[in-house]
Amino acid sequence: MTSLLKVDNITKRFGGLTAVDKFFLEINDDEIIGLIGPNGAGKTTVYNMITGIYTPTENKVYFKGEDITGLKPDKIAKKGIARTFQNIRLLENLTVLDNVMIGTHLRIKSGLFSAILRLPGYKLEEKQLHEKSIALLERVELLEFANEQAGSLPYGKQRKLEIARALATDPDLLLLDEPAAGMNPQESHELVEFIRQIKEEFGVTIFLIEHDMKVVMDICERILVLDYGKTIAEGSPAEIKNNPEVIKAYLGVDLANA
Amino acid sequence: MSKTKKQLLTTGALILLGICILWAQSNFNNYTLRILNLSAIYAILGVSLNLIFGFTGQFSLGHAGFMAIGAYTTSLLIIPKYYKEMTFLIEPLIWPFSVLQLPFIVALLLGGLFAAIFAIIIGLPVLRLRGDYLGIATLGFAEIIRVIANNIPQITNGALGLKGIPAYTNLWWTLGFTVFTIFVIKRLIASSYGRALMAIRENEIAAEAIGVSLTYHKVMSFTVSAFFAGIGGGLLASLLTTIDPRAFMFVMTFNILIVVVIGGLGSITGTVIAAFLFNFMLEYLRPIEQGFDLGFISFPEIPGLRMVTFSLALLVVIIYNQNGLMGKLEFTWQGLFDFIDRIKNPKNSDEKGVS
Amino acid sequence: MDIFLQNLANGLSLGSLYALIAIGYTMVYGILRLINFAHGEIFMLGAYFLYYGVLIFNLPWWLSFIVAVILTAIAGMLTERFAYRPLRKAPRISILISAIGVSFFLQNAGIVVFSGVPKSFHRPAIFDHMFIFGNIRISSITFASIVISLIFLMGLLFIVYRTKTGLAMRAISTDIETARLMAVNVDQTISITFAIGSALAAVGGILWALKYPQIFPLMGMIPGLKAFIAAVLGGIGNIFGAMIGGFILGMAEILLVGFMPQLSGYRDAFAFLILIIILLFKPDGLMGKNVQEKV
Repeated sequence: MTSLLKVDNITKRFGGLTAVDKFFLEINDDEIIGLIGPNGAGKTTVYNMITGIYTPTENKVYFKGEDITGLKPDKIAKKGIARTFQNIRLLENLTVLDNVMIGTHLRIKSGLFSAILRLPGYKLEEKQLHEKSIALLERVELLEFANEQAGSLPYGKQRKLEIARALATDPDLLLLDEPAAGMNPQESHELVEFIRQIKEEFGVTIFLIEHDMKVVMDICERILVLDYGKTIAEGSPAEIKNNPEVIKAYLGVDLANA
Repeated sequence: MSKTKKQLLTTGALILLGICILWAQSNFNNYTLRILNLSAIYAILGVSLNLIFGFTGQFSLGHAGFMAIGAYTTSLLIIPKYYKEMTFLIEPLIWPFSVLQLPFIVALLLGGLFAAIFAIIIGLPVLRLRGDYLGIATLGFAEIIRVIANNIPQITNGALGLKGIPAYTNLWWTLGFTVFTIFVIKRLIASSYGRALMAIRENEIAAEAIGVSLTYHKVMSFTVSAFFAGIGGGLLASLLTTIDPRAFMFVMTFNILIVVVIGGLGSITGTVIAAFLFNFMLEYLRPIEQGFDLGFISFPEIPGLRMVTFSLALLVVIIYNQNGLMGKLEFTWQGLFDFIDRIKNPKNSDEKGVS
Repeated sequence: MDIFLQNLANGLSLGSLYALIAIGYTMVYGILRLINFAHGEIFMLGAYFLYYGVLIFNLPWWLSFIVAVILTAIAGMLTERFAYRPLRKAPRISILISAIGVSFFLQNAGIVVFSGVPKSFHRPAIFDHMFIFGNIRISSITFASIVISLIFLMGLLFIVYRTKTGLAMRAISTDIETARLMAVNVDQTISITFAIGSALAAVGGILWALKYPQIFPLMGMIPGLKAFIAAVLGGIGNIFGAMIGGFILGMAEILLVGFMPQLSGYRDAFAFLILIIILLFKPDGLMGKNVQEKV
């Protein structure tokens, strides 16, 4: 069986600087995998290479056995990889509902003329997209804000909306970039539950970047540790906790108690 | 308010507009009709520019170029054959334009189509640019189109331009196309494709990450916009009956840009209002520079004074309405009734506001 | 070879004028992110001020020149004060519309005050002198425009890189809010920037009028647009870029006309063609910073 995502020793250099060095990762269906590492370790660069924002300087990324290296982000989203951003990127002046509905646009089958002429096929599709978006909003408990501007939501709800929007694209693989950033322990705890639930309900595989050790240790089955662009450790949460290399990289962070 | 009721109201309004046009065509003098026609053409041009700039967020300054393509195509397809032979003295007009003569509507649509095809050719490479760089590159293409028009006398009659374009343009055509343009662009914006355009305006990176193809949607918006700019150019040519390349300098694009921004970037209603305001103001300021006689003292004609006053008015309007007259608001029947309601029962709505 | 050198001299001369005007665009863009479409009209004012100084007030040429440059600088500051400053917190496009409004205003005020009829610009005999090197003939105005432009460009670089005001300008162009927090007098610095840009445009306008001895209220449109292209070509916001862009553009235009005279009708489109080609390969101009949004 081919793995869902295979990142085959990719390297990214900016000028003389090697941001990510020979990063290797295989993710199978239904896993939750975490990527941790100090600031500037190259975590988001890995994301950007998987989602097509950057093209790796060397080697390739395979999704469902297919080479997706160098494809544009929208093509990769259509193949089934969705993501959120570390610094939330909502369509701030549009409504909460529109944000999710735009997430469904990539699956639209009706053409432009059909949409302008409001042909029956388009009308039906629009209705389905609308219902799907409403259901998603209801699921993430944002339905009551459907007609509000996305930018006016409180921070935690914005994060949830971004996840809902990513789910609207019908992904097989969901990349979450620091979903717990800026949350208090109570909120992070709820987030862990939330991620577990959506994984079950939507049947997505999850690959997340996180700073909050507790969140990562709680939720991930397997963890990779990145430092200065190099993978310094990989294993189960327990293995990672006791890995001397990791402890060195995170000097001062008490992993054992996380 | 129910959907059927809104549709009924819209139909009623269109019939009313038809009656007004019928009345205006036979009762207004040529001068007033000309201003109304010009305003309606500006509305078409403004609404189409608003699609690419206001709704898609792509700073395009190429409108004059697309207008030129539409204007020349339409004109060459409707000028009678004998008139073409008279006009093209330096170099004869090339085939097939030399023999073709088509109905106005077909000529207009072909003008729009040609402009749209050019938009695809230009848009594919250039829409990768961002912000002001995109603006100057599209402006450049428009200027290149104009300079080419100046240099291909076998098609455009060069700097001498085209004369004797049949004056088909009337309020039926101009207002009819205004309604058509608004209809198409409003429906486009309110569709899934339109939401994708607005997503690009809001945040390109996010839009792309959720599967919105930037190239497809930007080029699509640019092309639709150019199509209507081409039609606007064709209508303008038949209104003026003579055109030459100087009519399509970048100042033309600036005029349309002013209409869009003064109306409110991203508001179709605002664009239409501003289009009429712009042209009526320009015309009603005309007496200022014509000189007048008060009996005891007479003022000479002062060329330029009209535009001086106009530009000062423009500055005042933009400084005091920094987001345009309408901001991003649109006219809706619901809004109209709410407004009437508020005027009728000011107290009532106040209480609603508080509760 | 002779023809080439001849064209080289003409290209340098035209390029130096473009560079002088382009500086004003690029400096204003650098600090306000505004395409100052009224800059071409400022250029026109410079030429008219000199014309009236010499003709009506009978001032000597050198004094007229100084007065014209100062008056133009003041005019530039006034446009900023009344048309741009009130819009500092407005959407950027509104300021652009304001700039277009100022451009219309100055063009038509020019028609009202100076009349729309072109005036011939009598240049002093000293500028009619021809230097002859072998087969190459260089008029003294060609020579003078290069020398005078270079002197002013040097002066500009000195101000921007060696004075406190220049430091303030660079600070504002990097980050206007932080500059304000660091107690940089933002309004004053912006005024000075407009003054400097306008003064250079005035020099450009005067040299232009000496070279093509005719002035009219719309004379700023095409040179203004070309200089703006030069600024974008070099990477707008970058002073060196504007200079280099100006020289490239002047050179390219002269070479086109010189070597392919049958294409000279396309001269005005040529500048844009070069610009578009360069932008397609370097989307931020030749020396522009490649500002990629961090994801």
